[in-house]
Amino acid sequence: MALNVDIVAPDRVLWKGEATFVSAPAAEGSIGLLPGHEPILAVLGPGVVKIVQDSGEDRLVDIGGGFLSFDHDMITIVAEPADEG
Amino acid sequence: MAGQQRVYKARIKSTQSLKKIFRAMELIAASRIGKARDRVTAAAPYSRAITRAISAVANHSDVEHPLTSERDDTERVALLVITSDRGMAGAYSANALRAAERSRERLEAAGKEVVQYAAGRRGVSYYTFRHRELAGSWTGDSDGPTHAVANEIAQELLRAFLAPADEGGVSELHVVYTHFTSMVSQEPHVVRMLPLEIVEGVAEAGDETEPLYEFEPNAEEVLDSLLPRYIESRIYNCLLQAAASELANRQSAMNTAVSNAEDIVRQYTRLANSARQSEITQEISEIVSGADALAAS
Repeated sequence: MALNVDIVAPDRVLWKGEATFVSAPAAEGSIGLLPGHEPILAVLGPGVVKIVQDSGEDRLVDIGGGFLSFDHDMITIVAEPADEG
Repeated sequence: MAGQQRVYKARIKSTQSLKKIFRAMELIAASRIGKARDRVTAAAPYSRAITRAISAVANHSDVEHPLTSERDDTERVALLVITSDRGMAGAYSANALRAAERSRERLEAAGKEVVQYAAGRRGVSYYTFRHRELAGSWTGDSDGPTHAVANEIAQELLRAFLAPADEGGVSELHVVYTHFTSMVSQEPHVVRMLPLEIVEGVAEAGDETEPLYEFEPNAEEVLDSLLPRYIESRIYNCLLQAAASELANRQSAMNTAVSNAEDIVRQYTRLANSARQSEITQEISEIVSGADALAAS
């Protein structure tokens, strides 16, 4: 079982792919998501989204805030560009 | 007589150089339009994600939010019209402005007071020329808007919408932009953007049941962060559509201008030829009659 991850910025898709674990900087502390997590909608603060891919490789994406929605092992992270402060 | 020829020659020359300019602008517009359409497509996943999340929140909670509730404490409404920075795009800006004037009349007939906002230099000059007050204006980059501009516009308009009535608050926000349907058809659209109407149960056709979401930190705050982003992405989308429409309009206007220039060149070439011919005829008849006069004496 893998997670389908979409990270989208206003003007493009930042990253798209499969992962086994994702951690994101939620407003009240970082949250980690594994397959089978309960559906969640979370506000994200500025920080780094960490994606552990199937290959075991880590992938880090800087975001300037945004929100995350998770359901049926689909993660959509709507990200503000990191450089906007 | 020789003067006549010179005038035609000069006209032909200037029309030809204008034609070169028109052709160049047509090509530039044509090359940018693909990019503009790509941007519209590239922005789609973002707005889709936000729309989905919002309808999820709306379906699972009855949260009241200032952005979704009607205001009745003021009759002022904001009207944003999106035009281009430069002309040379046929009736593009004129059409958008005409649509804006129409909806302004309609709003005023309904007893509202319209607060005008404009994006694009053509729109701004239209209103300043008529000494009409603009509450806010944005110029530059009308054919390749960035997200930062959309952000700025959204912030300003949201601030106006959330402000109290006595500090210039508005109760509605309408946006006039040119919708890009296809390369040959772009129409001005008027949409009411605020207050938001949340359409429940959009998309999501079929098997998946809407999951019961957990909100982090809570539903209000999630909505609080979602709705402004939604407005922003809607405005960004309007700007992108308008940019694509502007370029399409410019391309076809320049195309027409090139063929008009060709017509004019052809017409003046004919006139110049016949002027040359009649000049020669006249010279010959002058010489002949001069020779006749000499022979007769």
